[in-house]
Amino acid sequence: MAKIIVVTSGKGGVGKTTTTAALGAALAQAGQNVCVVDFDVGLRNLDLIMGAERRVVYDLINVVQGDAKLTQALIRDKRLDTLALLPASQTRDKDALTDEGVARVIGELREKFDWVICDSPAGIERGATLAMRHADIAVVVTNPEVSSVRDSDRIIGLLDSKTERAEKGEHLEKHLILTRYDPGRAERGEMLKIEDVLEILSIPLLAVVPESEEVLKASNLGSPVTLNAPQSAPARAYIDAVRRLRGETVEMIVPSEKRSLLGKLFTRRAA
Amino acid sequence: MASGNNSSTAVTSISLTRPSLPLRGRSFRALVLAPETPLGDWFSHLDALVQRSPTLFSERAVILDVSGLAKDPLRGDAARLETAEPAEDDTDAAAATPDIAGLVDELKQRGIRIMGVEKAEPAWLGPALPPLLSGGRPAEMAPPADVKAPEPVKAPEPPRKPNSLVLENPLRSGQSVYHPEGDVTVMGSVASGAEILAGGSIHIYGALRGRAIAGAGGNPRARICCRKFEPELIGIDGLFRTADTTDPKLRKKAVQVWLEGETLRMAALD
Repeated sequence: MAKIIVVTSGKGGVGKTTTTAALGAALAQAGQNVCVVDFDVGLRNLDLIMGAERRVVYDLINVVQGDAKLTQALIRDKRLDTLALLPASQTRDKDALTDEGVARVIGELREKFDWVICDSPAGIERGATLAMRHADIAVVVTNPEVSSVRDSDRIIGLLDSKTERAEKGEHLEKHLILTRYDPGRAERGEMLKIEDVLEILSIPLLAVVPESEEVLKASNLGSPVTLNAPQSAPARAYIDAVRRLRGETVEMIVPSEKRSLLGKLFTRRAA
Repeated sequence: MASGNNSSTAVTSISLTRPSLPLRGRSFRALVLAPETPLGDWFSHLDALVQRSPTLFSERAVILDVSGLAKDPLRGDAARLETAEPAEDDTDAAAATPDIAGLVDELKQRGIRIMGVEKAEPAWLGPALPPLLSGGRPAEMAPPADVKAPEPVKAPEPPRKPNSLVLENPLRSGQSVYHPEGDVTVMGSVASGAEILAGGSIHIYGALRGRAIAGAGGNPRARICCRKFEPELIGIDGLFRTADTTDPKLRKKAVQVWLEGETLRMAALD
Protein backbone atom coordinates (compact mmCIF):
# COMPACT_ATOMS: atom_id res chain seq x y z
CA MET A 1 0.00 0.00 0.00
CA ALA A 2 1.40 3.33 -1.06
CA LYS A 3 1.72 6.37 1.08
CA ILE A 4 0.02 9.33 -0.55
CA ILE A 5 1.91 12.61 -0.28
CA VAL A 6 0.44 15.92 -1.36
CA VAL A 7 2.85 18.74 -2.17
CA THR A 8 0.97 21.96 -1.62
CA SER A 9 1.50 25.62 -0.76
CA GLY A 10 -1.49 27.84 -1.46
CA LYS A 11 0.68 30.38 -3.23
CA GLY A 12 1.97 29.81 -6.73
CA GLY A 13 5.58 29.84 -7.86
CA VAL A 14 7.11 28.72 -4.57
CA GLY A 15 8.46 25.42 -5.90
CA LYS A 16 5.74 22.78 -5.60
CA THR A 17 6.43 21.17 -8.94
CA THR A 18 10.22 21.29 -8.46
CA THR A 19 9.76 19.72 -5.04
CA THR A 20 7.42 17.03 -6.36
CA ALA A 21 9.88 16.05 -9.08
CA ALA A 22 12.90 16.18 -6.74
CA LEU A 23 11.24 14.12 -3.99
CA GLY A 24 9.86 11.62 -6.51
CA ALA A 25 13.23 11.14 -8.17
CA ALA A 26 15.08 10.94 -4.84
CA LEU A 27 12.68 8.25 -3.58
CA ALA A 28 13.07 6.32 -6.83
CA GLN A 29 16.86 6.70 -6.62
CA ALA A 30 16.58 5.07 -3.20
CA GLY A 31 14.89 2.09 -4.88
CA GLN A 32 11.30 2.94 -4.03
CA ASN A 33 8.44 2.50 -6.45
CA VAL A 34 7.11 6.00 -7.04
CA CYS A 35 4.39 7.72 -9.03
CA VAL A 36 4.19 11.50 -9.34
CA VAL A 37 0.73 12.83 -10.22
CA ASP A 38 0.10 16.26 -11.73
CA PHE A 39 -3.16 17.71 -10.39
CA ASP A 40 -2.66 21.08 -12.04
CA VAL A 41 -5.23 20.42 -14.76
CA GLY A 42 -5.09 23.15 -17.41
CA LEU A 43 -1.67 24.44 -16.33
CA ARG A 44 0.37 21.28 -16.31
CA ASN A 45 4.11 21.61 -15.69
CA LEU A 46 5.28 18.42 -14.07
CA ASP A 47 5.70 16.69 -17.43
CA LEU A 48 8.15 19.42 -18.47
CA ILE A 49 10.15 19.28 -15.25
CA MET A 50 10.30 15.49 -15.58
CA GLY A 51 11.26 15.73 -19.24
CA ALA A 52 8.28 13.66 -20.39
CA GLU A 53 6.27 16.28 -22.30
CA ARG A 54 6.78 14.52 -25.64
CA ARG A 55 5.49 11.21 -24.35
CA VAL A 56 2.06 12.22 -23.03
CA VAL A 57 -0.79 10.29 -24.65
CA TYR A 58 -3.46 9.93 -21.97
CA ASP A 59 -3.75 12.00 -18.86
CA LEU A 60 -5.34 12.14 -15.40
CA ILE A 61 -8.66 13.42 -16.78
CA ASN A 62 -8.89 10.51 -19.23
CA VAL A 63 -8.37 8.06 -16.39
CA VAL A 64 -10.72 9.90 -14.00
CA GLN A 65 -13.46 9.89 -16.64
CA GLY A 66 -12.82 6.27 -17.57
CA ASP A 67 -11.64 6.96 -21.16
CA ALA A 68 -8.28 5.33 -20.54
CA LYS A 69 -6.82 2.76 -18.20
CA LEU A 70 -4.36 3.88 -15.56
CA THR A 71 -1.60 1.75 -17.14
CA GLN A 72 -2.12 3.49 -20.48
CA ALA A 73 -1.69 6.93 -18.95
CA LEU A 74 1.32 6.24 -16.72
CA ILE A 75 4.65 7.32 -18.20
CA ARG A 76 7.75 5.42 -17.05
CA ASP A 77 10.80 7.60 -16.50
CA LYS A 78 13.65 6.80 -18.92
CA ARG A 79 16.37 7.33 -16.31
CA LEU A 80 14.75 5.66 -13.29
CA ASP A 81 12.61 2.63 -14.01
CA THR A 82 10.84 2.79 -10.62
CA LEU A 83 9.59 6.32 -11.30
CA ALA A 84 6.30 6.96 -13.12
CA LEU A 85 4.39 10.09 -14.05
CA LEU A 86 0.64 10.57 -14.35
CA PRO A 87 0.35 13.83 -16.29
CA ALA A 88 -2.46 16.37 -16.11
CA SER A 89 -4.53 17.51 -19.05
CA GLN A 90 -3.60 20.86 -20.53
CA THR A 91 -6.78 21.33 -22.53
CA ARG A 92 -9.31 20.75 -19.75
CA ASP A 93 -9.91 22.52 -16.46
CA LYS A 94 -10.23 21.49 -12.86
CA ASP A 95 -14.01 21.01 -13.06
CA ALA A 96 -13.34 17.89 -15.13
CA LEU A 97 -12.06 16.21 -11.96
CA THR A 98 -14.78 14.32 -10.10
CA ASP A 99 -14.62 13.28 -6.45
CA GLU A 100 -15.39 9.62 -7.25
CA GLY A 101 -13.03 9.51 -10.23
CA VAL A 102 -10.12 10.89 -8.23
CA ALA A 103 -10.85 8.51 -5.34
CA ARG A 104 -10.82 5.55 -7.75
CA VAL A 105 -7.56 6.60 -9.44
CA ILE A 106 -5.83 7.19 -6.09
CA GLY A 107 -7.10 3.80 -4.92
CA GLU A 108 -5.57 2.10 -7.99
CA LEU A 109 -2.27 3.97 -7.55
CA ARG A 110 -2.18 2.92 -3.91
CA GLU A 111 -2.12 -0.72 -5.00
CA LYS A 112 0.67 -0.29 -7.55
CA PHE A 113 3.30 1.91 -5.85
CA ASP A 114 5.15 2.54 -2.57
CA TRP A 115 4.76 6.29 -2.81
CA VAL A 116 2.29 8.49 -4.71
CA ILE A 117 3.22 12.17 -4.79
CA CYS A 118 0.45 14.56 -5.83
CA ASP A 119 1.54 17.93 -7.18
CA SER A 120 -1.20 20.31 -6.09
CA PRO A 121 -2.17 23.38 -8.11
CA ALA A 122 -1.85 26.77 -6.43
CA GLY A 123 -4.92 28.20 -4.76
CA ILE A 124 -7.48 26.72 -2.43
CA GLU A 125 -10.12 25.75 -4.96
CA ARG A 126 -11.30 22.46 -6.33
CA GLY A 127 -7.99 21.32 -7.84
CA ALA A 128 -6.08 21.94 -4.64
CA THR A 129 -8.68 20.39 -2.35
CA LEU A 130 -8.97 17.29 -4.57
CA ALA A 131 -5.18 16.90 -4.66
CA MET A 132 -5.01 16.91 -0.84
CA ARG A 133 -8.21 14.93 -0.34
CA HIS A 134 -6.71 11.44 0.03
CA ALA A 135 -3.27 12.37 1.37
CA ASP A 136 -1.57 10.58 4.26
CA ILE A 137 1.29 13.08 4.38
CA ALA A 138 1.29 16.72 3.39
CA VAL A 139 4.44 18.53 2.36
CA VAL A 140 3.88 22.27 2.59
CA VAL A 141 6.26 24.25 0.40
CA THR A 142 6.93 27.78 1.62
CA ASN A 143 9.25 30.60 0.67
CA PRO A 144 10.75 32.68 3.48
CA GLU A 145 8.42 35.55 2.70
CA VAL A 146 5.27 36.79 4.46
CA SER A 147 2.65 36.23 1.76
CA SER A 148 3.85 32.69 1.12
CA VAL A 149 3.83 31.95 4.86
CA ARG A 150 0.29 33.24 5.30
CA ASP A 151 -0.97 31.24 2.31
CA SER A 152 0.71 28.12 3.69
CA ASP A 153 -1.00 28.72 7.00
CA ARG A 154 -4.32 28.83 5.17
CA ILE A 155 -3.50 25.57 3.41
CA ILE A 156 -2.60 23.89 6.71
CA GLY A 157 -6.02 24.93 7.99
CA LEU A 158 -7.62 23.25 4.96
CA LEU A 159 -5.46 20.13 5.42
CA ASP A 160 -6.84 19.91 8.95
CA SER A 161 -10.45 20.19 7.81
CA LYS A 162 -10.94 19.12 4.19
CA THR A 163 -8.88 15.94 3.87
CA GLU A 164 -10.32 12.47 4.23
CA ARG A 165 -8.08 11.77 7.22
CA ALA A 166 -9.12 14.96 8.99
CA GLU A 167 -12.79 14.17 8.41
CA LYS A 168 -12.32 10.71 9.88
CA GLY A 169 -10.53 12.25 12.85
CA GLU A 170 -7.26 10.57 11.89
CA HIS A 171 -3.84 12.16 12.00
CA LEU A 172 -2.47 13.76 8.86
CA GLU A 173 1.30 14.19 8.93
CA LYS A 174 2.30 17.68 7.89
CA HIS A 175 5.85 18.74 7.01
CA LEU A 176 7.39 21.98 5.92
CA ILE A 177 9.91 22.41 3.12
CA LEU A 178 11.33 25.89 3.08
CA THR A 179 12.55 26.67 -0.44
CA ARG A 180 14.59 29.47 -2.01
CA TYR A 181 16.28 30.14 1.31
CA ASP A 182 19.29 32.43 1.40
CA PRO A 183 21.06 32.37 4.80
CA GLY A 184 22.88 35.64 4.09
CA ARG A 185 19.74 37.56 3.21
CA ALA A 186 17.86 36.06 6.17
CA GLU A 187 20.71 37.22 8.43
CA ARG A 188 20.48 40.72 7.00
CA GLY A 189 16.72 40.77 7.64
CA GLU A 190 15.80 40.80 3.93
CA MET A 191 14.09 37.45 4.29
CA LEU A 192 12.21 35.66 7.06
CA LYS A 193 14.43 33.46 9.20
CA ILE A 194 13.77 29.72 9.48
CA GLU A 195 12.67 30.05 13.12
CA ASP A 196 10.22 32.88 12.23
CA VAL A 197 8.52 30.69 9.64
CA LEU A 198 8.44 27.68 11.99
CA GLU A 199 7.00 29.80 14.77
CA ILE A 200 4.15 30.98 12.60
CA LEU A 201 3.34 27.69 10.91
CA SER A 202 4.19 25.40 13.84
CA ILE A 203 4.65 22.22 11.80
CA PRO A 204 7.84 20.11 11.70
CA LEU A 205 10.57 21.10 9.26
CA LEU A 206 11.41 18.51 6.60
CA ALA A 207 14.08 20.41 4.69
CA VAL A 208 15.54 23.81 3.92
CA VAL A 209 16.29 24.09 0.22
CA PRO A 210 18.71 26.93 -0.48
CA GLU A 211 18.25 29.29 -3.38
CA SER A 212 20.37 27.88 -6.20
CA GLU A 213 20.81 28.26 -9.91
CA GLU A 214 20.95 24.46 -10.13
CA VAL A 215 17.14 24.32 -9.72
CA LEU A 216 16.41 26.43 -12.78
CA LYS A 217 19.12 24.65 -14.74
CA ALA A 218 17.59 21.25 -13.95
CA SER A 219 14.06 22.44 -14.78
CA ASN A 220 15.10 23.71 -18.17
CA LEU A 221 16.79 20.41 -18.91
CA GLY A 222 13.66 18.49 -17.90
CA SER A 223 15.41 16.58 -15.17
CA PRO A 224 14.67 16.58 -11.42
CA VAL A 225 17.45 18.37 -9.55
CA THR A 226 18.26 15.28 -7.45
CA LEU A 227 18.98 13.46 -10.72
CA ASN A 228 20.60 16.25 -12.67
CA ALA A 229 23.00 17.52 -10.00
CA PRO A 230 22.91 15.11 -7.05
CA GLN A 231 25.83 16.88 -5.35
CA SER A 232 24.28 20.32 -5.52
CA ALA A 233 22.96 21.97 -2.34
CA PRO A 234 19.24 21.73 -3.28
CA ALA A 235 19.63 18.08 -4.29
CA ARG A 236 21.27 17.23 -0.96
CA ALA A 237 18.43 19.02 0.87
CA TYR A 238 15.82 16.96 -1.02
CA ILE A 239 17.74 13.72 -0.51
CA ASP A 240 17.84 14.41 3.24
CA ALA A 241 14.12 15.18 3.15
CA VAL A 242 13.43 11.79 1.58
CA ARG A 243 15.52 10.03 4.23
CA ARG A 244 13.48 11.80 6.91
CA LEU A 245 10.22 10.84 5.18
CA ARG A 246 11.37 7.21 5.27
CA GLY A 247 11.86 7.43 9.01
CA GLU A 248 15.58 8.08 9.28
CA THR A 249 16.86 10.68 11.73
CA VAL A 250 19.03 13.07 9.81
CA GLU A 251 20.63 16.13 11.31
CA MET A 252 19.03 19.29 9.99
CA ILE A 253 21.56 21.39 8.15
CA VAL A 254 21.14 24.03 5.52
CA PRO A 255 23.29 22.75 2.65
CA SER A 256 25.43 25.35 0.92
CA GLU A 257 27.27 25.30 -2.36
CA LYS A 258 30.86 24.24 -1.78
CA ARG A 259 33.24 26.51 -3.53
CA SER A 260 36.98 26.51 -3.30
CA LEU A 261 38.92 29.64 -2.54
CA LEU A 262 40.12 29.57 -6.11
CA GLY A 263 36.54 29.32 -7.36
CA LYS A 264 35.52 32.34 -5.27
CA LEU A 265 38.41 34.36 -6.59
CA PHE A 266 37.51 33.33 -10.09
CA THR A 267 33.85 34.36 -9.85
CA ARG A 268 34.85 37.67 -8.32
CA ARG A 269 37.19 38.40 -11.15
CA ALA A 270 34.57 37.44 -13.62
CA ALA A 271 32.04 39.75 -11.98
CA MET B 1 -27.09 65.31 57.24
CA ALA B 2 -24.50 67.24 59.14
CA SER B 3 -27.22 69.10 61.03
CA GLY B 4 -28.18 65.91 62.86
CA ASN B 5 -24.78 65.77 64.43
CA ASN B 6 -24.82 69.34 65.68
CA SER B 7 -27.55 68.80 68.19
CA SER B 8 -26.02 65.90 70.05
CA THR B 9 -22.56 66.33 71.42
CA ALA B 10 -22.66 62.83 72.85
CA VAL B 11 -22.27 61.38 69.45
CA THR B 12 -18.87 59.80 69.25
CA SER B 13 -16.64 58.88 66.42
CA ILE B 14 -18.91 55.99 65.52
CA SER B 15 -21.41 58.17 63.77
CA LEU B 16 -18.69 60.35 62.31
CA THR B 17 -17.06 57.44 60.57
CA ARG B 18 -20.36 56.12 59.40
CA PRO B 19 -20.33 56.31 55.65
CA SER B 20 -22.78 58.68 54.05
CA LEU B 21 -25.96 57.16 52.70
CA PRO B 22 -25.32 55.66 49.30
CA LEU B 23 -27.55 57.72 47.07
CA ARG B 24 -27.28 57.20 43.37
CA GLY B 25 -29.05 58.60 40.41
CA ARG B 26 -30.46 56.30 37.80
CA SER B 27 -32.77 56.82 34.87
CA PHE B 28 -35.27 54.35 33.47
CA ARG B 29 -37.49 54.18 30.48
CA ALA B 30 -41.17 54.44 31.27
CA LEU B 31 -44.37 54.15 29.32
CA VAL B 32 -46.50 57.26 29.54
CA LEU B 33 -50.29 56.98 29.58
CA ALA B 34 -52.03 60.23 28.72
CA PRO B 35 -55.78 59.89 29.28
CA GLU B 36 -57.99 62.08 27.18
CA THR B 37 -61.51 63.20 27.58
CA PRO B 38 -64.04 61.77 27.26
CA LEU B 39 -62.56 59.21 29.62
CA GLY B 40 -65.11 56.55 28.77
CA ASP B 41 -63.89 56.38 25.16
CA TRP B 42 -60.32 56.48 26.27
CA PHE B 43 -60.82 53.53 28.62
CA SER B 44 -62.55 51.48 25.96
CA HIS B 45 -59.57 52.13 23.65
CA LEU B 46 -57.24 51.12 26.43
CA ASP B 47 -59.19 47.94 27.12
CA ALA B 48 -59.04 46.98 23.46
CA LEU B 49 -55.30 47.55 23.39
CA VAL B 50 -54.72 45.50 26.53
CA GLN B 51 -56.78 42.69 25.05
CA ARG B 52 -54.69 42.63 21.91
CA SER B 53 -51.38 42.70 23.74
CA PRO B 54 -51.88 41.49 27.27
CA THR B 55 -48.25 41.90 28.26
CA LEU B 56 -47.95 45.49 27.12
CA PHE B 57 -48.03 46.97 30.61
CA SER B 58 -46.84 44.03 32.63
CA GLU B 59 -43.66 44.72 34.54
CA ARG B 60 -43.29 48.09 32.92
CA ALA B 61 -42.92 51.39 34.66
CA VAL B 62 -46.01 53.44 33.74
CA ILE B 63 -46.33 57.21 34.19
CA LEU B 64 -49.63 58.99 34.07
CA ASP B 65 -49.65 62.22 32.08
CA VAL B 66 -52.72 64.14 33.23
CA SER B 67 -52.31 67.21 31.07
CA GLY B 68 -55.27 66.05 28.99
CA LEU B 69 -57.54 66.06 32.03
CA ALA B 70 -56.93 69.57 33.24
CA LYS B 71 -60.18 70.86 31.78
CA ASP B 72 -62.31 67.89 32.71
CA PRO B 73 -64.36 68.36 35.86
CA LEU B 74 -64.17 64.89 37.23
CA ARG B 75 -65.53 64.09 40.58
CA GLY B 76 -65.13 61.00 42.71
CA ASP B 77 -67.64 58.66 41.08
CA ALA B 78 -65.76 55.94 39.21
CA ALA B 79 -68.93 54.72 37.52
CA ARG B 80 -69.07 57.92 35.61
CA LEU B 81 -65.86 57.03 33.93
CA GLU B 82 -67.42 53.94 32.40
CA THR B 83 -70.25 55.78 30.71
CA ALA B 84 -69.23 57.40 27.51
CA GLU B 85 -70.21 60.82 28.49
CA PRO B 86 -69.38 63.70 26.22
CA ALA B 87 -67.10 66.30 27.74
CA GLU B 88 -68.98 69.17 29.19
CA ASP B 89 -68.12 72.54 27.91
CA ASP B 90 -67.56 73.98 31.30
CA THR B 91 -66.14 77.47 31.31
CA ASP B 92 -64.68 77.36 34.77
CA ALA B 93 -63.34 73.81 34.31
CA ALA B 94 -59.76 75.03 34.56
CA ALA B 95 -60.28 75.52 38.24
CA ALA B 96 -61.64 72.00 38.69
CA THR B 97 -59.46 69.26 40.13
CA PRO B 98 -59.44 66.02 38.12
CA ASP B 99 -60.06 62.89 40.15
CA ILE B 100 -56.65 61.35 39.82
CA ALA B 101 -57.23 58.89 42.66
CA GLY B 102 -60.23 57.48 40.81
CA LEU B 103 -58.27 57.23 37.60
CA VAL B 104 -55.39 55.43 39.31
CA ASP B 105 -57.85 52.98 40.86
CA GLU B 106 -59.46 52.33 37.50
CA LEU B 107 -56.09 51.58 35.97
CA LYS B 108 -55.12 49.35 38.87
CA GLN B 109 -58.21 47.25 38.20
CA ARG B 110 -56.80 46.68 34.69
CA GLY B 111 -53.47 45.60 36.13
CA ILE B 112 -51.70 48.86 35.31
CA ARG B 113 -49.76 50.30 38.22
CA ILE B 114 -48.85 53.93 38.08
CA MET B 115 -45.47 54.85 39.49
CA GLY B 116 -45.70 58.61 39.06
CA VAL B 117 -47.88 61.41 37.78
CA GLU B 118 -46.69 63.97 35.32
CA LYS B 119 -47.96 67.45 34.41
CA ALA B 120 -50.31 67.71 37.36
CA GLU B 121 -50.82 70.64 39.75
CA PRO B 122 -49.18 69.76 43.08
CA ALA B 123 -52.49 70.40 44.78
CA TRP B 124 -54.18 67.59 42.80
CA LEU B 125 -52.13 64.90 44.44
CA GLY B 126 -52.70 63.63 47.94
CA PRO B 127 -50.25 61.61 50.00
CA ALA B 128 -51.89 58.36 48.93
CA LEU B 129 -51.21 59.03 45.26
CA PRO B 130 -48.04 58.41 43.26
CA PRO B 131 -45.51 61.25 43.41
CA LEU B 132 -45.40 64.10 40.98
CA LEU B 133 -42.65 63.79 38.38
CA SER B 134 -41.08 66.42 36.23
CA GLY B 135 -38.23 66.69 33.76
CA GLY B 136 -39.27 63.72 31.65
CA ARG B 137 -38.04 63.64 28.07
CA PRO B 138 -39.63 61.76 25.22
CA ALA B 139 -37.86 58.50 24.38
CA GLU B 140 -38.52 55.75 21.91
CA MET B 141 -40.23 52.70 23.26
CA ALA B 142 -40.31 49.33 21.65
CA PRO B 143 -43.72 49.15 20.00
CA PRO B 144 -46.01 46.44 21.31
CA ALA B 145 -44.73 43.40 19.50
CA ASP B 146 -47.95 41.44 19.38
CA VAL B 147 -50.44 43.87 17.96
CA LYS B 148 -51.78 41.38 15.42
CA ALA B 149 -53.15 38.60 17.54
CA PRO B 150 -53.12 37.68 21.20
CA GLU B 151 -50.36 35.12 21.37
CA PRO B 152 -50.30 32.53 24.08
CA VAL B 153 -47.94 33.71 26.77
CA LYS B 154 -44.90 31.46 26.61
CA ALA B 155 -43.02 30.50 29.69
CA PRO B 156 -39.80 32.52 29.68
CA GLU B 157 -36.84 30.51 28.40
CA PRO B 158 -34.42 29.66 31.15
CA PRO B 159 -31.33 31.80 30.70
CA ARG B 160 -28.75 29.80 28.78
CA LYS B 161 -25.57 29.11 30.66
CA PRO B 162 -22.58 30.71 29.03
CA ASN B 163 -20.31 27.95 27.84
CA SER B 164 -16.66 28.33 27.02
CA LEU B 165 -14.94 26.97 23.95
CA VAL B 166 -11.39 25.63 24.09
CA LEU B 167 -9.46 25.21 20.85
CA GLU B 168 -6.54 22.81 21.13
CA ASN B 169 -5.04 23.63 17.75
CA PRO B 170 -3.76 26.90 16.36
CA LEU B 171 -6.29 28.89 14.39
CA ARG B 172 -5.00 29.05 10.80
CA SER B 173 -5.31 31.84 8.29
CA GLY B 174 -8.81 31.89 6.83
CA GLN B 175 -10.40 30.05 9.72
CA SER B 176 -13.11 31.80 11.63
CA VAL B 177 -14.57 30.93 15.01
CA TYR B 178 -17.88 32.45 16.06
CA HIS B 179 -18.91 31.69 19.61
CA PRO B 180 -21.80 34.01 20.49
CA GLU B 181 -22.01 33.07 24.14
CA GLY B 182 -19.14 32.56 26.50
CA ASP B 183 -15.38 32.70 26.33
CA VAL B 184 -13.00 31.32 23.71
CA THR B 185 -9.61 29.95 24.73
CA VAL B 186 -7.03 29.08 22.08
CA MET B 187 -4.12 26.92 23.21
CA GLY B 188 -2.06 27.87 20.13
CA SER B 189 -1.73 30.96 17.98
CA VAL B 190 -4.27 32.85 15.92
CA ALA B 191 -2.72 33.38 12.49
CA SER B 192 -2.81 36.43 10.31
CA GLY B 193 -6.07 36.22 8.40
CA ALA B 194 -7.88 34.17 11.06
CA GLU B 195 -10.63 35.58 13.25
CA ILE B 196 -12.40 34.92 16.51
CA LEU B 197 -15.72 36.43 17.50
CA ALA B 198 -16.75 35.69 21.05
CA GLY B 199 -19.67 36.82 23.16
CA GLY B 200 -17.39 36.68 26.17
CA SER B 201 -13.65 37.07 26.56
CA ILE B 202 -10.88 35.69 24.36
CA HIS B 203 -7.76 34.07 25.79
CA ILE B 204 -4.92 33.14 23.47
CA TYR B 205 -1.98 31.17 24.82
CA GLY B 206 0.06 31.80 21.69
CA ALA B 207 0.48 34.76 19.40
CA LEU B 208 -2.50 36.83 18.28
CA ARG B 209 -1.76 37.75 14.67
CA GLY B 210 -5.29 37.82 13.31
CA ARG B 211 -8.55 39.38 14.46
CA ALA B 212 -10.06 39.03 17.90
CA ILE B 213 -13.46 40.50 18.70
CA ALA B 214 -14.67 39.95 22.24
CA GLY B 215 -17.96 40.93 23.83
CA ALA B 216 -19.71 40.62 20.47
CA GLY B 217 -23.39 41.24 20.98
CA GLY B 218 -22.88 43.70 23.80
CA ASN B 219 -20.66 42.68 26.66
CA PRO B 220 -18.45 45.60 27.71
CA ARG B 221 -16.83 43.53 30.44
CA ALA B 222 -15.24 41.08 27.99
CA ARG B 223 -11.47 41.09 27.65
CA ILE B 224 -8.83 39.87 25.26
CA CYS B 225 -5.63 38.36 26.65
CA CYS B 226 -2.79 36.94 24.61
CA ARG B 227 0.79 35.82 25.05
CA LYS B 228 2.13 37.65 22.02
CA PHE B 229 0.36 40.72 20.74
CA GLU B 230 0.60 41.24 16.97
CA PRO B 231 -3.07 41.62 16.04
CA GLU B 232 -4.56 42.79 12.77
CA LEU B 233 -7.70 43.98 14.51
CA ILE B 234 -9.08 43.90 18.03
CA GLY B 235 -12.51 44.83 19.25
CA ILE B 236 -14.66 44.71 22.36
CA ASP B 237 -18.39 45.39 22.34
CA GLY B 238 -18.37 47.25 19.06
CA LEU B 239 -15.21 49.32 19.62
CA PHE B 240 -12.39 48.42 17.27
CA ARG B 241 -8.71 49.16 16.76
CA THR B 242 -6.56 48.15 13.84
CA ALA B 243 -2.91 47.23 14.21
CA ASP B 244 -1.90 50.70 13.06
CA THR B 245 -3.59 52.36 15.99
CA THR B 246 -2.20 50.18 18.75
CA ASP B 247 0.80 51.12 20.82
CA PRO B 248 3.91 49.78 19.03
CA LYS B 249 5.55 49.26 22.43
CA LEU B 250 3.08 46.47 23.15
CA ARG B 251 3.95 44.51 20.02
CA LYS B 252 5.02 40.92 20.66
CA LYS B 253 4.36 41.31 24.39
CA ALA B 254 1.82 39.54 26.57
CA VAL B 255 -1.08 41.97 26.54
CA GLN B 256 -4.60 42.34 27.82
CA VAL B 257 -7.26 44.53 26.25
CA TRP B 258 -10.32 45.79 28.03
CA LEU B 259 -12.99 48.46 27.76
CA GLU B 260 -13.00 51.49 30.00
CA GLY B 261 -16.06 53.59 29.31
CA GLU B 262 -15.90 54.32 25.60
CA THR B 263 -12.19 53.58 25.09
CA LEU B 264 -10.31 50.40 24.42
CA ARG B 265 -7.46 50.13 26.88
CA MET B 266 -4.53 47.79 26.48
CA ALA B 267 -1.58 47.04 28.69
CA ALA B 268 1.25 44.57 28.99
CA LEU B 269 0.52 41.67 31.33
CA ASP B 270 4.04 41.46 32.68
